This record gives sequence, C-alpha cells and structure tokens, in this order.
Amino acid sequence: MVEGEWDIITGNHAAALAAKLARVSVVAAYPITPQTTVVEYLASFIESGYMNAEYIRVESEHSAMAAVIGAAAAGARTFTATSSQGLLYMAEVLHWAAGSRVPVGMAVINRALGPPWNIHVDHQDAMSQRDTGWLQIYVSSNQEVLDTIIMMYKVAEHPDVMLPFMVCLDAFVLSHTFMPVKIPRQEEVDEFLPPYRPRHWLLDPSEPISFGNLVLPDEEYQEMRWSIDLSMRRALEIMEDVAEEFSERFGRYHGGAVMKYRLSDADYVLLTSATLASEAEVAIDIMRDEGMRVGLLKLRSFRPFPHRDLRESLQGRKGVIVIDRSISFSSGGPMGNEVRSSLYDISGAPPVVNYIAGLGGRDITYNDLIMMTKDAIGRISTGRLKRPYYWYKLKPEYQRVELAEEVIS
Amino acid sequence: MELEVPILIPVSKPRRGASGETGLWRIEKPVIDEGKCIKCWICWLYCPEEVIYEDQSGFPAIDLSYCKGCGVCADVCPAKAIEMVRE
Repeated sequence: MVEGEWDIITGNHAAALAAKLARVSVVAAYPITPQTTVVEYLASFIESGYMNAEYIRVESEHSAMAAVIGAAAAGARTFTATSSQGLLYMAEVLHWAAGSRVPVGMAVINRALGPPWNIHVDHQDAMSQRDTGWLQIYVSSNQEVLDTIIMMYKVAEHPDVMLPFMVCLDAFVLSHTFMPVKIPRQEEVDEFLPPYRPRHWLLDPSEPISFGNLVLPDEEYQEMRWSIDLSMRRALEIMEDVAEEFSERFGRYHGGAVMKYRLSDADYVLLTSATLASEAEVAIDIMRDEGMRVGLLKLRSFRPFPHRDLRESLQGRKGVIVIDRSISFSSGGPMGNEVRSSLYDISGAPPVVNYIAGLGGRDITYNDLIMMTKDAIGRISTGRLKRPYYWYKLKPEYQRVELAEEVIS
Repeated sequence: MELEVPILIPVSKPRRGASGETGLWRIEKPVIDEGKCIKCWICWLYCPEEVIYEDQSGFPAIDLSYCKGCGVCADVCPAKAIEMVRE
C-alpha cells in the first residue's frame, strides 16, 4: 500500500489508515466482530513503526473509552473503534466523553444487537447512543470512511465544537468489502489537519486540576448541557466548511451534513443513509429512466441533525420516503421521526412515509428501494397513509399479520 | 457577527480550606491514650487518609480536619491505645 496512490482495501483498513494519517497518538480498543480488523491493523501499524502511537490494551470497551478520554484530556489525539454490544458497553463513558468536551474519534461498525445473536448490519447500536452528545456520521463507501474520519477530527477539534465523534460504517457491507480507495499522502493530511491543541482544559501534573466535580441545580449543570447543544448546532456549518476545504485540497466531496443526488427537480425524495444511500443512487437512476421524478437526499450527519437543510430541501415536494435500518419500538424509525419533526410546522410540508427495512443485515437491493418508493407514491396518491411507519419485507406469514393490523387500525 | 460559543466544563483547582476538610463528615473520632501507646506507628501505617503525625512529645497525633473517623487506627492498634469516641 502506497500513500498518494489508489489501493483496494476494506472499510476497516480505511478506518485504521485514517487514524494513522490523522496522526492519532493514543489508541485503546477492545476487539469485537466486525470491528476486529480495525484494531488488528492499528496494532500492526504501531508494532511495525509505520504509525507512531501508544496502543493501550484494555479489558473491555468501557475501559477503552475511559482510556482515550484520559489521553485526550492530557492533550493527545485519540482513536478507538467498536461495534454493537461493545458500543452499548461503552454507553456510560460515552456521556463522559461528551460532557468532558474531549474530541475523541471512533469508528463504529454498525452491527445488530442481541439477542438473538447476529453480526450483520443494523443501525440500532449507534441509534441507541444518539443522545450521548456525540457527533454521528454515517458513510457509504470505503473512501468516505477514510476521508470522513480525517475531516471529523477537524470538525470535532474546532474550538466552537469540542465534542467526540463516531463515524459509522455498515458491518461487512463496508467493513469487510474491498473497494478502490485513494490514499492521501501524509504531508497532504498534515497540511489539512493541524496538530490537536486543547484550548479549554488540559490535564497537566505541573498545574493540578480536578475534573467532573459536583455541579448542583443552582450552578451551571443546565448551562453545560445547553453548551453541548449549541456546539452541536454550530458543528453543522463547520462540517460544511471542512467538507468544502477537503474537496478543494483532495478533489473529493462527500457532502457536509447531507448529500443530494438528482434532487433539484424531484417530486418525490428518497431519504436514507449509509450504504442504503449508495444503493439508492442506482434505484434513482432506474426510476428516472422510467420517467419518475425522484431524487435522493442522503443523510450523512444524524447528530447534529440538519433540520434547516431538510426543511429547505423537502419543502414543496410531493412526498418523502424515509428508510430506516433501526427501530424505535412502537414509534417508528429514528430518522423517520426526526424528519417528520423537522417538517411538521412548515406550510407545504410533504407527507413522510417511513419504512423499517434491512434489520439484522437482511439484504436491501436497489429493487427493494424501488419497491418502497413505488409503494409510498401509491399510498400518497391514494391517501392510504394510515400508519406512521411500515415494516418492509417481513416474511410472508408475518407480513399477513402486519397487513391485517393495518386494516384494523 | 459570529458569536463565540461558550464551552462549559466542570473543572476546578484542588485547594485547602472548608471545601476540602473531609473531617466534617466524621461521626466518631479516635482518641489516643498515651499511657498505653507503645509508639509502634502501626496506626500511621494503616491510616487511609494519612492524617496521623508525630506530635511534640513524640506520640502519634491525629489531624482532625481530615480524619473521616473510619476507625482503622483503633482496629489495628496492638496496644488497644486508640478508642473511637462519639463526637
């Protein structure tokens, strides 16, 4: 593998390379399928001297996150990676990272949650952590994995942001699949991404401080939460600026918080994220050939949520089809709910049809996306929008129960 | 005009004074009977708060500003020279 050249690598290899190119100096991680090869690559990079960093071996994901928070608090740029149950095991410390305002970086290889045991793609793991205060970006290709991790360090370390970030990639569809990736040269990345210099607080033995102390109701607890929220909102603009700067330097633009595809004249908008969004580009091309005016809005950033972008892009359309790869039980897809709440109070808000699809790695092809789009257009044009969300491609015997339920309700 | 984003973090400097005086939590305090004390310093060795020091007469003494009253000193004393007394 040569920097500055094309190579054919997996998403996990791209994530590890991105950490190296970002000059991460501390890595702590615990292996879990399908993340394992990320930490194996990092271990071999460090062992062979290709990457200059400390590798902390830990006994759990909870400790991995605690270790990188400590290292980041002492001024290091840090990285870890996890999946599924590992991410849940980190949950408590995820809140600590955001509350500490340390810009820790993490690759989350999205995998279904047990029980039942399943190692395939599903976004439930990351969606369950959506309120931890982490920036959450979903990517569609191995190139986007590499580029986004580098870009997100710049966003997260911006003095107005100072929040941790997770770059989410689909298990196996990206993590273990080889794709051509242009690997930037180290000097190019160094010019783009300056060294991390914490400005707000630093653990320094010569000037001891204590951190995370008791903050009572009359003190600034609520203001601290507000400050995370404000930084997240500010991160939306910064993300766009960083994406544009990246595109000028490296010639690749993956979008800021959203990416639009054949959207300008579309009547119906397909809105989804991660690898379903790249599959959706194929679906859009086919439907366009059939004369349907459909476009794609790929949601890259789920946190911060790009409300304004969505309102501007979706106002006045005939319908929006949101496809979620996770479920908030009895409430719908997390993305579907956010999109609806974004659009609720504007005049000319299009109807939103939300599908729950592809859970536990069930295959969703472009044909499925076309089926969902046509089903949604049919429902919108005939007024059959009885329910806030629909399950797509249940096994037939269960689909019958679901359809009967739809008729009753 | 861009407004600066205030980054609020719960950080403080450790300091002496009322905020650090852990002795306030105590319910029972250790009292040393110098008549029984054999100056073996096992109490000093075991004190988890490091509040036992040598007084002017060479006996162990306790800094009650920081003693939490755990009673470990009384428990380990081989001469039974330390008694825990209700404050």
